[in-house]
Amino acid sequence: MNAPFIEQKARQTLAVVDCDIHPAHRTPGELLPYLEPRWREHYQTHGVHVRQALPSALMYPRMMAAGMRADSLPENGGPAGSDLDLLRKQHLDPVNVEFGLLMALSKGGMEERNPGLAAALSRATNDWQIDRWVREEPRLRAGIVVPQEFPEAAVAEIERCAGDRRYVQIMLSSRPSDPLGHRRYWPIYEAAERAGLPIGLHPVGYNGGHPSTGSGWPTFYLQEHYVFVACMEALAASLIIEGVFERFPKLKVVLVEGGFGWAPALAWRMDKHFEKFRNEVAHLKRRPSEYLREHIWWTTQPIEEPAQSRHIVEIIDWIGWDRLFYSSDYPHWDYDNPSFAFKFPMTEEQRRKIFRDNAMALYRLA
Amino acid sequence: MSRHVVCPAAELPPGTRKVVVIDGREIGLFNVEGRLHALLNRCPHGGAAICSGVVTGLSQSSGPGDYRLERRGEFLRCPWHGWEFDMATGQSWCDPRRTRVRSFEVRRETGGDLVMGPYVAERYHVTVEDTYIVVDL
Ligand code: FES
Repeated sequence: MNAPFIEQKARQTLAVVDCDIHPAHRTPGELLPYLEPRWREHYQTHGVHVRQALPSALMYPRMMAAGMRADSLPENGGPAGSDLDLLRKQHLDPVNVEFGLLMALSKGGMEERNPGLAAALSRATNDWQIDRWVREEPRLRAGIVVPQEFPEAAVAEIERCAGDRRYVQIMLSSRPSDPLGHRRYWPIYEAAERAGLPIGLHPVGYNGGHPSTGSGWPTFYLQEHYVFVACMEALAASLIIEGVFERFPKLKVVLVEGGFGWAPALAWRMDKHFEKFRNEVAHLKRRPSEYLREHIWWTTQPIEEPAQSRHIVEIIDWIGWDRLFYSSDYPHWDYDNPSFAFKFPMTEEQRRKIFRDNAMALYRLA
Repeated sequence: MSRHVVCPAAELPPGTRKVVVIDGREIGLFNVEGRLHALLNRCPHGGAAICSGVVTGLSQSSGPGDYRLERRGEFLRCPWHGWEFDMATGQSWCDPRRTRVRSFEVRRETGGDLVMGPYVAERYHVTVEDTYIVVDL
């Protein structure tokens, strides 16, 4: 029943780079062998302690099959996203993925409050990605999970992994304790710049202890879903206005799963007020929009779909056809299949850029 | 239009489904409380193998605070983005104007009516007294 369609394969001949694939643990104890004995003990005795405000407030299910494609549960058990063969069969093969970037969200160190455990979980997650996924499937690449609230440990983890080209970016949660432009995170950016790796910001299931919107908790998941946009917008503004890109001119940031339709409006608004507030932020040498256009890249899923498709084309014209990457979000329920998800006209060149070439260049894939 | 004998009716009792390949096309057969539906196994929205979706109804509301589940068992919800399709017509509930799943004629016929020549009986190793499910493409 889950067999990919033969026709579909023929339609999608172009090789694609997918910037958002979620690997899952087959069993709850899957990370244990990758943890040092001291933290294995701790983890088994005390479990994790994440930065979450309301118990289970943002737990799945969001829509169906615990937030997953209902057809993505492996037949031999385990959660969606935990079976490499099924990933190949449902996604990598039929849509012709040349490279797929892993976004390991579950039980990494990004949200853990205990600094030692956060560092240990990040490290374990990174080793696990290579061991279970990248080594087995040469099309996959890992993202370095870091204990982002403990920058010193995050820097150490970046330095541990950075020489290995199987890691292509540094992952940060878009639900940090403070907006990411805050000085306390700067050592992470310094390490990223030194390593020559982009930062990939991805929403995690939890909210870092904050209500998921700036004005409290939404009632419906449909409300919750748009919040990915609001938090990305806040982080983009924070990185720009707090001077991160002025201080780290080679830093590159990819916003994953946060949409991009809002980018021009944010830039216009920041630019408009910049003239009046410039002596408050004298560290900024250029208009906010210039930092945005130079340092930020965007992924497509879930792509905005205006009723008039040319409206989205105008937005892409504004942000630049070389700054957008295809992403699928496999195996989540709002998965985007490249043959169907883009309901606007593109030239061959534009298509090649979005589906492959832009990501090949930024992540230096080969 | 070509007629295809798919299986004995007993192989598709109420509450079950079956995906078959007919003329190179994957088609999902459903028996919902005795009603038969045949749909192309491909979601017109984003390409999912739709026939693994959940059979459901529609929740309806006349305003906040009022929720009813209606037309139970008449809709198929796509396993990816959850669009609902009316199984009898293939019509999408999310975008009824433009999107529908291809649906096919499906019915039961008795073996006696199906045996036009020796081939049918031979090919399917069946006894002609039974009832069979037949799809028209
Ligand atoms: S693919 Fe079926 S609802 Fe999107």
